[in-house]
Amino acid sequence: MATQTAVDVVMPQMGVSVSEGTITKWLKAEGEEVAADESLLEISTDKVDTEVPSPASGVLTQILVPEGETVEVGTKLAVISPEGGGEAVEEPPEPATQQAAEESADASGAEGETPTAGKVEEPPPPPSPEPAAETPAPAATPEPDGDGDGQGRSFVSPVVARIASEHDVDVGQIEGSGRGGRVTKKDILAFVEQGGAKAAPEAPPAPAAPAAPQTPAAEPARAAVPAQAQAEKVEPAAGETVEPMTPMRKGIAEHMRRSLDTSAHVTTTFEVDLSKVVAIRQKLKREYEERHGVKLTYLAFIARATLDAIAKWPWMNAEIRGESIVTKSYVNLGIAVALEGGKGLIVPVVKHAEEKNLLGLARAVEQIADRARNKKLMPDDVQGGTFTITNPGGFGAIHGTPIISQPQVAILDVEAMVKRPVVIQDDAGSDVIAIRPMMNLCLAYDHRLIDGAYAAQFMRDLRTNLQTWDESAY
Amino acid sequence: MAVKTYLQAISDALRDEMRRDKRVFVIGEDVGVYGGAFKVTKDFQQEFGPWRVIDAPLSETAIVGGCTGAAIMGMRPVAEMQFADFISCAWDHLVTVAAKQHYRAGTAVPIVVRLPSGGGFSGGPFHSQNPESSFAHIPGLKIACPATPADAKGLLLSAIEDPNPVLYFEHKHLYRRIKDEVPDERYTIPFGEARIHREGDDVTLVTWGAMVYTADEAAKQLEDELSVEIIDLRTIAPWDRETVLESVAKTSKALVLHEDTQTAGFGAEIMATIMEEAFEDLDAPVKRVTAPDTPVPFAPPLEKWFLPQVEDVVAGLKDLAEY
Repeated sequence: MATQTAVDVVMPQMGVSVSEGTITKWLKAEGEEVAADESLLEISTDKVDTEVPSPASGVLTQILVPEGETVEVGTKLAVISPEGGGEAVEEPPEPATQQAAEESADASGAEGETPTAGKVEEPPPPPSPEPAAETPAPAATPEPDGDGDGQGRSFVSPVVARIASEHDVDVGQIEGSGRGGRVTKKDILAFVEQGGAKAAPEAPPAPAAPAAPQTPAAEPARAAVPAQAQAEKVEPAAGETVEPMTPMRKGIAEHMRRSLDTSAHVTTTFEVDLSKVVAIRQKLKREYEERHGVKLTYLAFIARATLDAIAKWPWMNAEIRGESIVTKSYVNLGIAVALEGGKGLIVPVVKHAEEKNLLGLARAVEQIADRARNKKLMPDDVQGGTFTITNPGGFGAIHGTPIISQPQVAILDVEAMVKRPVVIQDDAGSDVIAIRPMMNLCLAYDHRLIDGAYAAQFMRDLRTNLQTWDESAY
Repeated sequence: MAVKTYLQAISDALRDEMRRDKRVFVIGEDVGVYGGAFKVTKDFQQEFGPWRVIDAPLSETAIVGGCTGAAIMGMRPVAEMQFADFISCAWDHLVTVAAKQHYRAGTAVPIVVRLPSGGGFSGGPFHSQNPESSFAHIPGLKIACPATPADAKGLLLSAIEDPNPVLYFEHKHLYRRIKDEVPDERYTIPFGEARIHREGDDVTLVTWGAMVYTADEAAKQLEDELSVEIIDLRTIAPWDRETVLESVAKTSKALVLHEDTQTAGFGAEIMATIMEEAFEDLDAPVKRVTAPDTPVPFAPPLEKWFLPQVEDVVAGLKDLAEY
């Protein structure tokens, strides 16, 4: 289904609270063909990193926002045109509009200039029929001729078309109050009523004319100014390189700092003998792989044992809301996943983890980690966590003091499993030294809610669950 | 003029008509001794006797089949399905026989099938449906869906007078909840004449049955920002295209609201008609707010999610207004 007309690619809304996104990479170059739903670019928001599929088949004729820039949701990023449609991307400037712009002397300067990133264009004065304040993108859209012909205004509804033809009105002259600046029936009727039909350029502004000076706050936001450009510019000294923080990095920075400012962090460490878990895993591994196509990881065992311990110590799964303690009957288990190359950290959530057995957990963790690494997470996948497990042990860490993910009250840090000599009792009750697979589990908890004894008993039960793993129960 | 509940208006209209016209009789499950599952025919059997208020066996097929025969022989039967949902059992008699008898043989089949319909009380998938669109698809059937007590009376009497088989959908949620004035004298309301429930200029909202009240509440909430014209269709076969098209010519925006599920619901027919007949009047795509395409859930929160709520209508209207 090749596109018949030019289609705009816009910054998608990746979650209710997400208002902007950064272009991390264009996967297609200008002039390249692209199929509908083929990945077109990669974006990064403070919630997720993802690929954006092409909305249509055709040729990527224009990239409007370069890599590295951060823009508002809904900003036009690129244009896909029908194959062979070449240059016919923007509508030719309407003569009346052009004329009006040229006629207003002080406007022509701004109109003719190529907008630079970070600079909010002065809207043309009210006499110009162009709705600068209401048109979302033009200020940051690098259109060479900058005639500010807002996108989304091109659609003329049947009734507007009919009224326009009945009154011989050029719809392009009218201020649109509909979605995306569309000219509505009311707009055109008001225009006709004011005798706007023929004498358009000299006509007084339509009622909805932009009062730009009165709406300074809305203006820069809607004008999609690259966010980085607003921050203070950092000049590298000799031997330094400077790069902007990604939205994800900024999100992590803000959240970690806020968490330390919010919770009274205490960390406790327990040493766990995983002999039994190792033996059971050895036994089940092949079956899981062959019958279920799932890798049975130690993390799945630890997650399951943690969920059972949470059932006995419910405050581990609670939150402080105002002056109340809110305890949840479900566990949405966050699993911290590091992205390659230190690009950040994401905590996808296994919803209702308490309902899953060992197999279910192993599968859920594998799937969600996979989605995280392949940038396929949906906003919903990273929300609503009630307890988090982080797993730096894979890299060999043996101790950590993790930071709680707000508004949760605890985070379990899983350390490396290491063979150690430990003193145990043999069957005759004598002390002997044995080689055992030992693992440290570190729990950071919020002392505002959880006292040391509570945390230690939770950890004791977690250790017991792992050391006396009951295979038949899972 | 007396103030009556929707249920009382139906009951009184039916009783008066039975007193007036000896050809009219009632048949259904538990309509006699028990007075009907919802007590619409309470005390009818005492007054009219067991031959005019017939307790039928548990067979919708037998009820509608019997009515069809009686109607062909000159009677004016008024059947009650205990719940509208059960009418599927009588599909064949209604659709194959009653609806086509006049076309095939020139014989009138003046039957009325009363159908307590609709959800909102956790009746679940077998006791909450609004199957009107299935029958609107059948040439030869007429369908009424009154929303007010006065309409309930006038439309029931029209239905009884009508020489065609009529499905009369009475919404259970309105039975005792809705009270209004009902004229005392006998009157009929013609089929195919919509009622402007509320006048407005910005958006046309087309609906019927219990959703009229949902629409009304939504329109009230938006009163300060949006002028909504609510059209209560009253009957959907035939339906009043002219009133709808006239209103759309004025507002240029339309929302269709129904409690039935979405796909091939009667709203689709209304939308298609607006598109065909009023394309050049439109300033926005025609929108619909309906139940989703699932059975009606039992659980109250799920059912609430399923049934179109005032806030759904408000959101739909706002979306149209902002288009």
